[in-house]
Amino acid sequence: MTDVLAVTDHRRGDLRDVSYEIITAGRQLADETGGDLHLAVISGTVDEFADKLDRDGVDVIHTVDEGEEFNHNVYTQAVVQLYDDLAPQYVLTPNSVNGLDYAPAVANRLGLPIVTDTVDLDTDGETLIATREMYGGKVETTSELADNAVVTIRGAEWPAAEGTGDAAIEAFDADIDEDAIGSSVNGFEEVAGGDVDISEADVLVSVGRGIEEEDNIPIIEDLADALDATVSSSRPIVDNGWLPKNRQVGQSGKVVTPDVYIAIGISGAVQHVAGMKGSDTIVAINTDPNAPIMDIADYAIHDDLFDVVPALTEEFGG
Amino acid sequence: MKILVTVKEVATVEDEFEIEGTTIADEYLGADLNEWDDYAIEEAVQLQEDGIADEVVTVTIGPEDCEQTIRQALAKGADRAVRVWDDALEDVDLLDVGAKTEILQAVVEEEDPDLVLTGVQAGDDSFAATGVSLAEDLDFEWGAVVNHLEHDFDDGIASVRRELEGGVEELTEIELPAVLTIQTGINEPRYASLRGIRQAQRKELDVQSLADIGVDESAIESQLELTDMYEPESESDVTIWEGSAEETASELGDLLREKGVAP
Repeated sequence: MTDVLAVTDHRRGDLRDVSYEIITAGRQLADETGGDLHLAVISGTVDEFADKLDRDGVDVIHTVDEGEEFNHNVYTQAVVQLYDDLAPQYVLTPNSVNGLDYAPAVANRLGLPIVTDTVDLDTDGETLIATREMYGGKVETTSELADNAVVTIRGAEWPAAEGTGDAAIEAFDADIDEDAIGSSVNGFEEVAGGDVDISEADVLVSVGRGIEEEDNIPIIEDLADALDATVSSSRPIVDNGWLPKNRQVGQSGKVVTPDVYIAIGISGAVQHVAGMKGSDTIVAINTDPNAPIMDIADYAIHDDLFDVVPALTEEFGG
Repeated sequence: MKILVTVKEVATVEDEFEIEGTTIADEYLGADLNEWDDYAIEEAVQLQEDGIADEVVTVTIGPEDCEQTIRQALAKGADRAVRVWDDALEDVDLLDVGAKTEILQAVVEEEDPDLVLTGVQAGDDSFAATGVSLAEDLDFEWGAVVNHLEHDFDDGIASVRRELEGGVEELTEIELPAVLTIQTGINEPRYASLRGIRQAQRKELDVQSLADIGVDESAIESQLELTDMYEPESESDVTIWEGSAEETASELGDLLREKGVAP
């Protein structure tokens, strides 16, 4: 039991980036255990996906041709059966919304421990050392697990695998129990639309929890007006209904790449950072010098936003 | 319909803190109701107000200290609470998903709800896996990261939206009984009213040991051993502007002009 089984992610006909990243993570682990890297691609146009996933480092790609889109019951059954068939040491899945919708069920059904949202993995073949964050990214921890495990990996932590591989592509005939399928996916809806497209903005003035209350939002809008910029936000502002969903930057909102991103009162949770780290220049205004946003900021002001923002607005004649 | 809501008191960390071994020193820690669970409680209470749920029960794994947090849930409208604790849990650094599942499973089987609501994740250990693991143990259906739930349950079906990445929602139907993990933003959690807080003091808070719920101590042995904790290294070579608000605003103003993105 030294092999690694990594399960890929796709949606509406496209493989998601983490599917190529999980190849790199899986290869790294398989090298350390001295085993093979098996990939699984489940549902959708599996043969087409398999061709794209055949990159350097993959030994075998198992295609499970069951259904069009993700269904957690199908994924759970297929991965459990692949595990029983291949007896790998580790099962890797993306720490995506869908990964989190089946990986814990797989772990439970197989009686394996699960460690989620890992950012680094190491093994001596016997013990897995998983690195992950706690307390909203304020600390990083390592945990050890003996024997076999299910591990979910955070997106964008490993580089995408490149090159063309020579993996064996094998159809896996999963025996899916239709009676055990108690959920059905009936469609998708884009919800981040609306009149303003923050992904098109050159300058974003982005507001987070530090703004404290809805009545304070206008000071951000005043600054945006003065700079001829667009207002965006982190998740809590949208959750509170203070700005519409189309302003949300992050994993579940929009990915933005402006010339300048001014993060005001935003701590920088990983889900937020995923949506804005590609900005050309990042400026953080935050009282907490240890906030995770500081790790990716180019410039920072460790001061009260209620002092700095009006001063900046005034500077631009607002 | 009976709804069970899992409620966790999470540790919160001050901006500045010190680490002792594999924990954060006590003086830098606070305690709060897990943010995601707050939304789960609100959803359950709204189902009760809509005449769909007959009873809302909360379950918490935690020591006596967390009763204040449980009372918050009761003050917001939950009918009664179960708290599970045991000496055997005192020294566990990190209760893993398997251990939490074992304990919660025993309580769910005893309570026999139609719907279990959990927060998507806990703000402290961030596993985001217990709800789905619990569903699998119970042979319940499940849905992870639910940000909308229709309140009619026609034909024993929960119609939900799951919040996927990139501003896309998945429309899904899930058979009951089910476990749904609730995402923030699904509703607007209420503040407890003074009346609610007074009433909460009189509501039942049932304390159970592992033996009481029929869970063997060996079942809660963590398969995950926390071996190190440290502050992440900063990868940034951030330039910090210092001075008065006017001075730092002026530095930022200069940068924006230099980049040609401000008037």
